[in-house]
Amino acid sequence: MAYVVIAYLWLSILLYLILGGADFGAGIIELLTSAKNRIRTRKTLYHAIGPIWEANHMWLIIAIVILFVGFPVIYSEMSTYLHIPLVIMLVGIIARGTAFVFRHYDAIKDDMQWLYNRIFLLSSFVTPFFLGIIAASTISGRIQPDASDFQTAYVFSWFNLFSISVGLFTVSICGFLASVFLIGEADDEADRKRFVNKAIRMNIAAIVCGIIVFIVAEIDKIPLRHWVFGEPLGLIAVQAATVSLAVLWYFIYRGKNMLPRIMAGFQVTMILFAVSYAHFPDFIRLHGGRSLSLLELQAPPKTMEALGWALIIGSVFILPALFYLYYSFQRHEER
Amino acid sequence: MDDFLAARSQMALSLGFHIIYACIGMVMPFFMAVSHYKWIKSKDDRYRQLTKAWSKGVAIFFATGAVSGTMLSFELGLLWPEFMKHAGPIFGMPFSLEGTAFFIEAIALGFYLYGWNRFNPWFHWFTGVVVGVSGLASGILVVSANAWMNSPAGFDFDNGTYSNIDPIAAMFNDAWLFQSIHMTLAAIAATGFAVAGVHAFMILKKKNVDFHTRAFKIAASFGTIAALLQPISGDLSAKDIAVRQPAKLAAMEAHFHTSEKAPLIIGGIPNEETETIDYAIELPGMLSFLAHGDFDQEVTGLDKFAKEDRPPVLVTHFAFQIMVGIGMFMMLLAVIFFLSYWKKQWLDRRWFVKLFALATPLGFIAVEAGWTVTEVGRQPWIIHNVMRTADAVTPMPGIAYSFYIFTAIYLSLTVVVIFLLNRQIKMVPLLYDQPEDKSNH
Repeated sequence: MAYVVIAYLWLSILLYLILGGADFGAGIIELLTSAKNRIRTRKTLYHAIGPIWEANHMWLIIAIVILFVGFPVIYSEMSTYLHIPLVIMLVGIIARGTAFVFRHYDAIKDDMQWLYNRIFLLSSFVTPFFLGIIAASTISGRIQPDASDFQTAYVFSWFNLFSISVGLFTVSICGFLASVFLIGEADDEADRKRFVNKAIRMNIAAIVCGIIVFIVAEIDKIPLRHWVFGEPLGLIAVQAATVSLAVLWYFIYRGKNMLPRIMAGFQVTMILFAVSYAHFPDFIRLHGGRSLSLLELQAPPKTMEALGWALIIGSVFILPALFYLYYSFQRHEER
Repeated sequence: MDDFLAARSQMALSLGFHIIYACIGMVMPFFMAVSHYKWIKSKDDRYRQLTKAWSKGVAIFFATGAVSGTMLSFELGLLWPEFMKHAGPIFGMPFSLEGTAFFIEAIALGFYLYGWNRFNPWFHWFTGVVVGVSGLASGILVVSANAWMNSPAGFDFDNGTYSNIDPIAAMFNDAWLFQSIHMTLAAIAATGFAVAGVHAFMILKKKNVDFHTRAFKIAASFGTIAALLQPISGDLSAKDIAVRQPAKLAAMEAHFHTSEKAPLIIGGIPNEETETIDYAIELPGMLSFLAHGDFDQEVTGLDKFAKEDRPPVLVTHFAFQIMVGIGMFMMLLAVIFFLSYWKKQWLDRRWFVKLFALATPLGFIAVEAGWTVTEVGRQPWIIHNVMRTADAVTPMPGIAYSFYIFTAIYLSLTVVVIFLLNRQIKMVPLLYDQPEDKSNH
């Protein structure tokens, strides 16, 4: 059952990265849109993510619940030594979710809209940035539970070049996902063109940030290169991601909407696969070579059994309903 | 501020706010569904407008409830890592089910809010009902996790090790049923009175009287039925606590000395140093009767517990008095509301409407007080008789700063939510007014 639970954990992290990521990205795209097009973009964005954004963020809750029920030691260690970035990310989640709802449900549209927008846009950037920082910190080997001073234990565990570069990489991936998603939601050719341009820029940004991540990893002596290119399966995943990028652009220029989205999701899946496969079953790498393994630190068998069944039964309800939700609110006409 | 106190304050603050958002978010969908049902059945357009107006409230409260709930799932670890390390696998079952319920609620809400004129009307209505039912299920599941902290079950505890873990037995612990019933009724009563109260205010202001009267009746019906049932559930809970957590009951009642024919203490200021209570009304034998169903039975007092194992008496006693006092008053209002079925003219009397307008915040004050009773009354334990709260707190220093940040966030969130609701209500005349009922005022 442990493998079932781990599979669900991986899947919810992946889906949060893709769906939640595209959702954060939509805010980033709005942030990067020039003032004259911003209101148009906002409208498209609202129609595109309005009905589904709450559901997209549920994956984070599922992941965190799996972690604290199934792998409580890992959850506690993470919460203790990455306390500060987690708090900042939470503030971002709160600010973003409420600002998005408030700006829509404020019955009077006046100067308050400016404030909601500012908060929404800023938190759309900060939240995925810190998510990336947290993710990078779990594998960068900087967490030192036996450190004696505050900075080493609670600040340098996440405040380092590698984590920050992964944070920026995450932001650019979110922006890329969102722009590819929004291409299919555009109202006319001009809008479509704008989103295609955004996607090009975001794609370049993601590649640049990705290269920076590898360079910083080399400087910081984090064996990222070995993880990604050293394993045959990881290597295949990276190659598949590269090929799918070409396919994605081919489909965009052929005017397709759904296929590029699938390709973008596929790329993120391959990247996450390559990185997580390389150090499975370790979830957190600590300073000094020790690591916290999902298999060694799992909850007692009865809990894993119950959690596994809860997830299987839960997904029987959730997945069809979720697909129907996406299906109902997507644009049916393929242009 | 010392870190332990800061961690407790931050948790109390987060839960204190979340409980309000969550209660409204899980009960209001039912009001909305009733109004929606009336619209489909009667085709009276005022019900469609009311449904839409309420659904906006649901959207605002669901979103704030969802983000504050997300935060809580992290805060458990951020503030109490030692607790979660051991308790996670034992009491986590309801949380993993709640994840599903919450997810379904979010999906259903997406369908409902954006589904106007898109789906079969009954399917659309049904998604609204699903929002309510899954919200209610989430609430019950979370309470059953809290009940486990009061009544630990599903493991053997020996010398600091937890073995023989059975998460299903932990979920169905001795406290879950009575605690869930009490919390569910409280949520319905508090939300019902709060929503009815807001509409009563608008009736008093003579604005859209027709619209607000319809709203008032639906909300008040829910609130008053729950308020009538709540004392029964409270009595069951008290009898349950008398057996399971005698120290909590003693603190609630400021019952310092174990005695037969124990008196029920109403009001008063308990003094924990001298173990006496001043200015209280005492009803001899009533506590024995309420706790054990027998006027002569012995009721365990705080003197049976070592000083370091006693909950704070002053806070617990006051909170309990507030909760019971408000509960009684709400029950009285409920009786008056049901009498108005016979005395129809009451509905138009100002005193009647005023009474309900004044009662707007009462239910939530009682919810906060009741939650204080159960949480402060469990201290010094985080897991009753197993783990002390002080042993569960994070080793990270400087929690006070995080407490200040979250205080600022919650306060501003509350201000904005009130501001938004106020604007929604203000816009009712423009958004929902009917040409024909303009003649009413």
